[in-house]
Amino acid sequence: MPKLYTGAEIVFKCLEDQKVEHIFGYPGGAVLPIYDELKNHSSIKHILVRHEQGAGHAAEGYARSSGKPGVVLVTSGPGATNVVTALTDAYMDSVPLVCISGQVPTHLIGTDAFQECDTTGITRPCTKHNWLVKDINDLSNVMHEAFKVATTGRPGPVLVDIPKDIQFAKTKYKKPKIEKKLNGKLQNRFSQNDIDELIKLFSKAKKPVIYSGGGVINSGPKASEALRELASLTGFPITSTLQGLGAFPGDDNQFLGMLGMHGTYEANNAMHDCDLLINIGARFDDRITGKIDEFSPKSKKVHIDIDPSSINKIIKVDLAIVGDVSSVLNRINKTIVISKNGNSKSNKSNIAKWWEQIEKWRRKDSLNFINSDKTIKPQHAVQRLYELTKNKDTYVTTEVGQHQMWAAQHYKFNKPNRWMTSGGLGTMGYGLPAAVGVQIAHPEKLVVDIAGEASVLMTMQEMSTAIQYNLPIKIFILNNQYMGMVRQWQELLHEKNYSESYSEALPDFIKMAEAYGCKGIKAVNPLGLDEKIQEMIDYDGPVIFDCHVDPNENCFPMIPSGKPHNQMILGPNDQEENKIKGKGKALV
Amino acid sequence: MPKSKSAYSIPTKKQKSDTYIFVVWVDNEAGVLARVVGLFSGRGYNIESLAVAEVDAIKNISRITIVTTGTPQVIEQIRLQLTKLVPVHKVAEFKREDKNVIFKEMALFKVVGKKSKIDKCLNACKKFNPVILDETKSSAVIQITALRREIDIMNKKLKPLGLVSTSRTGAVAMTRGAQIFN
Repeated sequence: MPKLYTGAEIVFKCLEDQKVEHIFGYPGGAVLPIYDELKNHSSIKHILVRHEQGAGHAAEGYARSSGKPGVVLVTSGPGATNVVTALTDAYMDSVPLVCISGQVPTHLIGTDAFQECDTTGITRPCTKHNWLVKDINDLSNVMHEAFKVATTGRPGPVLVDIPKDIQFAKTKYKKPKIEKKLNGKLQNRFSQNDIDELIKLFSKAKKPVIYSGGGVINSGPKASEALRELASLTGFPITSTLQGLGAFPGDDNQFLGMLGMHGTYEANNAMHDCDLLINIGARFDDRITGKIDEFSPKSKKVHIDIDPSSINKIIKVDLAIVGDVSSVLNRINKTIVISKNGNSKSNKSNIAKWWEQIEKWRRKDSLNFINSDKTIKPQHAVQRLYELTKNKDTYVTTEVGQHQMWAAQHYKFNKPNRWMTSGGLGTMGYGLPAAVGVQIAHPEKLVVDIAGEASVLMTMQEMSTAIQYNLPIKIFILNNQYMGMVRQWQELLHEKNYSESYSEALPDFIKMAEAYGCKGIKAVNPLGLDEKIQEMIDYDGPVIFDCHVDPNENCFPMIPSGKPHNQMILGPNDQEENKIKGKGKALV
Repeated sequence: MPKSKSAYSIPTKKQKSDTYIFVVWVDNEAGVLARVVGLFSGRGYNIESLAVAEVDAIKNISRITIVTTGTPQVIEQIRLQLTKLVPVHKVAEFKREDKNVIFKEMALFKVVGKKSKIDKCLNACKKFNPVILDETKSSAVIQITALRREIDIMNKKLKPLGLVSTSRTGAVAMTRGAQIFN
């Protein structure tokens, strides 16, 4: 007779078979049997967080930086509701998460029992799929299916809700079904004809632009390699969404910088004026497109995406290629190489004029800002951080707001999976717990959370987690005492009525760091900033860096609401171009 | 036009909306209807009528028929979003004007009154295969099958003839001819 296992044992056998090494969680009444089982499975390490939202974001950071699904374990009721923000965040940004939640025993479901909530009901709209396991015999299959759903196609979060009596009940364990390698056939619905048509568009294009997104990162490091190859074969200019940064080297001359609301002048103008737009693994988000009616009006549009429902959702495209980015790009590259009929070379001369135009836009230097020797400009702080960490294979997370955009603009990524930020949902408080997860996945690497003081206070409690597991994460706070992006919008659009966007009482971050047991560093002056950043990098342990920056700085360039890409607001240099020229003012 | 203060774009011109019927084959499991209906409410699509029942007890398949309105772009989104749901096997959509598809709804009318009035009701329903399911000296329950707007009309027409209660189903649909939808 085969051995019988409890539900709790089955959970761990599944995790072992799915090669899970870390789970992020917080115990509670309805998951105690699973926690009781933890000690018997030495290959799985549990990371105790301080709040379930932190567990979710940490698992997101872990997943994004490693390419493996993040696993979360929480209890019923408040445990499950606390993780909802992180699940929604993962859903918006296509991050594979498997969340296991405890539930009250099956006979108590529906009776408003202690710590009961309708977890599957609450998480239905923010997961790819979820399961309430009411029969112990379903548990193994559901667990394996959960990993499959989370990691295949367009990745995303799933949740398995396991009542306490199911965790105690016994049954046989079923191993995951070994599926034949389908060579991605399930996801790839394109044909060679589509590719040929695309190549035809390539050869006709005079003003092409590649617009790549998070799908390239999700498709794995090979997709980034293929993207680089495509760019070098075609010579096309390339821009990236917030989530796609790192798929293409940020310091490469072919890279135009990020596009969208706070994208560069050259990237947005190229999007507007191009005659061929090639979207690779992005979703025409509203922060990208600006005004839909006037979005890239003169271009043929191509969309490569694994999710058929992303196609024609917002922007009608002329050619849709549904498939995994990596497979599609490899096929494109092969086809270009095979068809020696001059594509690779003659096309580059076709677009020489286009590059001249782009260089003109580039000379606007739209990320420029007026530096100061009295106060630290936030852009300057990010630039110094970049210069001092760029040779270290650094992993960067962020919170949400101005500092996030400055990080995206001024920190240049050369590899995929090095940049973790909450884009779709825009979750303040994402960066610190995400850094915890990243550091767990990459214990030897430098992990920096570029933070704002308002965001970081939302999940500050996870510093305890960092201390407990000796995670040397660096929390680099651009402290301007305001909810900066809120303040910026109020300044530009609400007649400077700074309603509730100023933090009257902020903690002393140095004392806070000491209270948690980590190092605190404070910088208020551009003089000596480099030494202090270096001190942070060199310190073997977690650091909270309180960098006091100019509170009135705005994030430019910017596409105001309801405007197309070619009507950007540029920074103060440009606005005052006639009075003081360019960088001159930096020295005043 | 006043300057927008919103971080979001302004709604642009709307395309024309049409009525479509979606037929969705799903695993008959707990919560599946909530997933389908939640997708509609969560993404702001509307449901005009809904009919759902198990159609294959061995394979455990239910068939959901949903009448909805939307622009062609929205209708395509509904189909693609439905297809993404894990328990959904296949999705078909038909325009209401599609001549190759039969749409039917059923209605039960309770009429209270003298025999002569009830006869008048039956006569009025003649076109829609009326069946008397229950009859007393002073009342009758009449079943008809018809299109949505026909039932709407009958509902109005029978009011003065003693109609006191109406119960009706959502539309169900089936293609004509020998083919089935795959």
